[in-house]
Amino acid sequence: MAMLHRKLARDLAHLRGQSAAIVLVLACGVAAFVTMRAMYLSLLRSQATYYARYRFADVFAELKRAPNWVAGRIREIPGVAQVQTRVVMDVTLNVPGLREPAVGRLISMPASESGLNALFLRRGRFPEPDAPNEVIASEAFAAANHLRLGSRLQAIIRGRWQQLTVAGIALSPEYIYEIRGGGSLFPDNRRFGVLWMPPKALAAALDMKGAFNSAAVSLRPGANEAEVIAAMVRILDRYGCLGAYGRADQISHRFISDEISQNRISALIIPAIFLLVAALLVHLSFSRLVSMQRAEIAVLKAFGFTSRRIAIHYLHFSLVIAAAGYALGCAVGWVFGVRLAAVYAEFYRFPLLVYRPEPGVFLWAGIISAGTAIAGALAPAVRASALPPAEAMRPEAPQRFRPGRMDRLNARFHSAALRMMLRNVERRPWRALASGFAICTAIMIIVVEFGLFDSLDRIMELGFRDAQRSDITVTFNEARSTRAAQELARLPGVLASETFRAVPVRLRFEHRSRKTSLLGLSADGRMRLMIDQEGRRARMPPDGLILSTTLAELLRVRPGDSLQVEVLEGRRLVRRLPVTALVDEPLGTSAYMNRRALSRMLAEGALVSGAFLQADTSQQQVLYQRLKNLPAVAAVTVTRTALDSFRETVDRSMAISLWTLMVFAAIIAAGMIYNGARIALSERARELATLRILGFTRREIIAVLLGEQALIMAAALPFGFLAGYGLLALLAARLHTELYRMPLVLRTASYGWAFVMVLVAAVVSGLLVGQRIARLDLIAVLKARE
Amino acid sequence: MATARHGTADGTDVVFHVHAVSKTYQTGDVTVAALRSVSLDLAAGEFVVILGPSGSGKSTLLNILGGLDTPTAGDVRFRDHWLSQAGDAGLTRFRREHVGFVFQFYNLIPSLTALENVILVTEIARHPMDASEALRRVGLTERRNHFPSQLSGGEQQRVAIARAIAKTPDILLCDEPTGALDYPTAKLVLDVLAQVNQQLRTLVAVITHNTAIAAMADRVVRLRSGEIIEVTRNAAKARPDELEW
Repeated sequence: MAMLHRKLARDLAHLRGQSAAIVLVLACGVAAFVTMRAMYLSLLRSQATYYARYRFADVFAELKRAPNWVAGRIREIPGVAQVQTRVVMDVTLNVPGLREPAVGRLISMPASESGLNALFLRRGRFPEPDAPNEVIASEAFAAANHLRLGSRLQAIIRGRWQQLTVAGIALSPEYIYEIRGGGSLFPDNRRFGVLWMPPKALAAALDMKGAFNSAAVSLRPGANEAEVIAAMVRILDRYGCLGAYGRADQISHRFISDEISQNRISALIIPAIFLLVAALLVHLSFSRLVSMQRAEIAVLKAFGFTSRRIAIHYLHFSLVIAAAGYALGCAVGWVFGVRLAAVYAEFYRFPLLVYRPEPGVFLWAGIISAGTAIAGALAPAVRASALPPAEAMRPEAPQRFRPGRMDRLNARFHSAALRMMLRNVERRPWRALASGFAICTAIMIIVVEFGLFDSLDRIMELGFRDAQRSDITVTFNEARSTRAAQELARLPGVLASETFRAVPVRLRFEHRSRKTSLLGLSADGRMRLMIDQEGRRARMPPDGLILSTTLAELLRVRPGDSLQVEVLEGRRLVRRLPVTALVDEPLGTSAYMNRRALSRMLAEGALVSGAFLQADTSQQQVLYQRLKNLPAVAAVTVTRTALDSFRETVDRSMAISLWTLMVFAAIIAAGMIYNGARIALSERARELATLRILGFTRREIIAVLLGEQALIMAAALPFGFLAGYGLLALLAARLHTELYRMPLVLRTASYGWAFVMVLVAAVVSGLLVGQRIARLDLIAVLKARE
Repeated sequence: MATARHGTADGTDVVFHVHAVSKTYQTGDVTVAALRSVSLDLAAGEFVVILGPSGSGKSTLLNILGGLDTPTAGDVRFRDHWLSQAGDAGLTRFRREHVGFVFQFYNLIPSLTALENVILVTEIARHPMDASEALRRVGLTERRNHFPSQLSGGEQQRVAIARAIAKTPDILLCDEPTGALDYPTAKLVLDVLAQVNQQLRTLVAVITHNTAIAAMADRVVRLRSGEIIEVTRNAAKARPDELEW
C-alpha cells in the first residue's frame, strides 16, 4: 500500500496543473458554502439571541394620544404578556457637521429594566430620569455623524430649538436596521437617527405627560397575534389608532428576516453550482487519467492487486484533491465571512455580530467536498477496477473517426484544422457538453451579477432622476396654509416650488389593508411625476386613486375596484374611492390622487403638506440654514444626497459579494478551459507533435488545441447569455419586495463584460497550456507507437 | 584535409552540407555521444540510404537534417539556411518550407480523412501540389475519404508519403518507413518513394537497419557508434520489386 501512496503522490505532482484547477473550483464552492451558510446561521442566532435577551416586542401600535391607563386595558387582552407604552416623535435635528437638517426619532426609554425593546448600552450611561436634555443616541447615527459622549445637537421640539447632549450610545432590537420608514428604502444614518430619552423628560418636552402615542406588546406562547392586533385596534381606535401590526410588518425585522432567508437560499444554490462543475472536472480528468494509466493498472492487477484496491486507489486520489480544495475553501470562506460580517455589521446593528462558524459548517463542508470528489471520480475508478489485466496491457484502441453528423456542415469548411476541431468535439459530445455547461454557468453568473447592477442603476434613474425632479422636498410637521408654502418659495436660492398634499391613510380592500401615505399631486405638476418601469409618465386622472403596482398586488386590487380609504389624521374620514389606474413604479408602495380631488374629499381649503423645490446650488448653504430654522418644517430630503446614499449603500452592501462571485465565475471558466485543453493535450500530444514536425508553428498548434475550447466557448456563449437573462428575469419577477420592484434591465455592455471576463479567463488558461505545448518532445513522437 | 570528408556528392547541386557535426546527450551523470564529427554532403535529387544498427546515431543525424534537433558542435547548412545556429522559429520555417517527413508509425491525424491529412499540409505550404494529385501519386485516390482507422498500415504509410510530398519539399526524410509493414506492403511503399525521387527529383533520405533497401539507393551511408564508417555508391540502382529480405 505504501508504494501505491507514493504513486499517488507522484501522479499528483505530475498532474499538478489540472489538480490545481479542480482544487480552485472546489474551493470556490466550499468557500461560498462556508461563508454563506455560517453567515446565515450567525445572523439567525444573533437575531434570536438579541430578540430574546432584549425582549423585542411582538406587536406594535401607533396612535395619536391615549392616557396611560389605557395600557391596563391592553394588558387584559388574552395572550398579551407585557405592555410597554411610550412616546415616539420625529423632529428636525441640527447635527454638527451636517449642512442639511436631519430627522431625529425621539423615543422614550423603557421605564423599567425588564421593559420591552430594551437598549443595549454600547458606551456611556443612561440619562438621569429627570435630566431634560440628555439622550442616548443610536450607534449607527452616532457613528455616521461622529458623535461622541458629550456631543451636542439641537432639536426643534414644539417649535423651539432645544439643546441635547449625548449621554450614551446604544442599540435597540427595534432598530437593528435603522431606517426611517415611509418610503425610505435604505438607511441614511447621517440624516436619520434614533434618540432615546427618559420617559418623564420626553413626555414633558413633547407635552405628553400621562399619555402615550405608541405601544409595544409581547405575547404569551401560543397567543393568536391576529386576535391581539384586532383587540388593540378596538381599544385604541378612539385614541386615534394609526394601525397595529406584528413583527412581520415591523420594518427592521422584515429587512433582517428577508436578508436571512435570502442567505439561506443562496447558501444552498451558489455552492451547488460550483460543486457541480467541480464534480464534472474531477470526472473528466480522472477518465483521462485512467486511460493513460491502463498499463500501470494492468501491472498492478497482474501482481495481484484486487479490483477493489484499484478503485479505492483512484477514489483516494480524488479525495486528496478534495482535501486541498476543502482546506483552501474553508480558509477563503473564513476570510470572506469575516469581511461579510463587517459589512453586515454596518447595516445591521447587533450588539455582537461576528462571523464565528460552527464546527458543523466545516463538517458539512468536508462531507460535501468528499462527496463532490467521489461523485466525479466514481465512474472512472470503477472503470479502472473493471479493466481485465490482459486487456489493460494492450494499448488503448486507436481513436476511431467516422463521417459524423456534422460532416455535412463540415464540408463547407475548407480548413482541415477547423475540421479537426469539429470532429474532436463531435467525437466526445459529453465532454464538450460538460465544458460547455461550465462555461455557460460562468457566463450566466457574470451576466446576472452585471444585470443586478444594471437594474439597480435603472431603479435609481427612474426613482430619482425621472420621478423626483426637484432638488429638495420639504415636509411640514402638519398641514399648513398656502402662505407657508409661499414663504418657502421666497427663501434664498429657491428657483421654483410646487406644493403637495399628503395624508396618512389606511387603504382597505376586503380583509386586506395597508398603511401608506396618499400623495395629492397636480395634474400639470413638473417636479414629482409618476414614472413606470419603462420610464413612461403616467397621467393624473381627475378622480380616483392611482396605486403603484406593488401596492395593488399587496391589496389584490385592480383598476375599477373600489377601496375604503381611512384618513389617519384630522377628522379621520372614511371614504370609498375607485382605483382608476396603476403605475408600475420601481420604488415603494405609493398611492396618488389628483390634488383637487383630494382637497374635495378632505373638505378642506387649500392646505399643503410640503413643497418640492428647485434650488440654486450656489446658495444651498444658506437655504439649508434657513430651512433648519423654520419650526414648521418637519423634514428636508435632498434628492441628490438620497441618491448618493442609495448608491453608496448598494456599493457597500453588494459590491463585495458581487465581485467575489464574478471572480469565482471566472475561476470556473478558467478551470474548465484549462482542464479541457490539458486533457486534449494529453490525448493528442502525438498528433500535435506531428503537426509541429510537419512545419506548423507553435502558435498554430496552440490555435488547433485551444480552437476546440474556443469553439465550445462560442457555442456556450449564447446559451450563457440566455440563461443569464432568464435567471435575471426570474429574479426580477420574484424580487419584488414592498420596497422595490426589480426592473429587468440588461445592458448590451453587460453581455460584453461577461464575454470579456470569460475571454480573459480563457486566454489565461490558454497561455498556461501554451507553455506545455512549447515543451512537447518532438523526437519522442517519431519513435512512439500509438 | 583535417577532417575526412566521408560523403561527397559528385553532383554539382549540393543542397546539404554537414560539417564536423557532433551531438552529445547528457542523461544524468552519463554523457552519450550520439554523433562524433560527422561530415556529409547531399545533392538535389539523390536517393540516400543511411544504414546502421540501433544506437549508431542514424536517427540523430536524421533529426538534425530535418531541423528537429540541433548539433552540439559543427555546422549544418541547407542552401542558405544555417540550421546549426537556427532557433525554434527558424527550424519550424525550414521544416515547413523544405522538409517532408515519413515516420515509422505514419503519425496521421486520426480525426482527418486521407485527403484532409494531405490538405492540412498544403494549407501551410508555399508551393503545394494539389492534394488529390499527391494521393493519386501514391495510388490512393479511391480511399481519399477514409479515416486513418479505416486504412491498412501500408495505405496509411502511403497517405503519409502523399502528405510529405504534397508540399513539394526539397528533401524527403524517412525514418524506418517500412519498419511497421509486412513484406509486400513494404515493397509497395518503397516503390512510391522511388517514384517520388525520380519523377519529382526530390532528395530522399531513408534511414533503416534493413540492409536490403540499400540496393535501391544512389549512395549508401553506413554509421556505427556515431561515426560514418563507409559511404558507397551503387553503380546501378535496383528497382524496389527486385529487393529481397
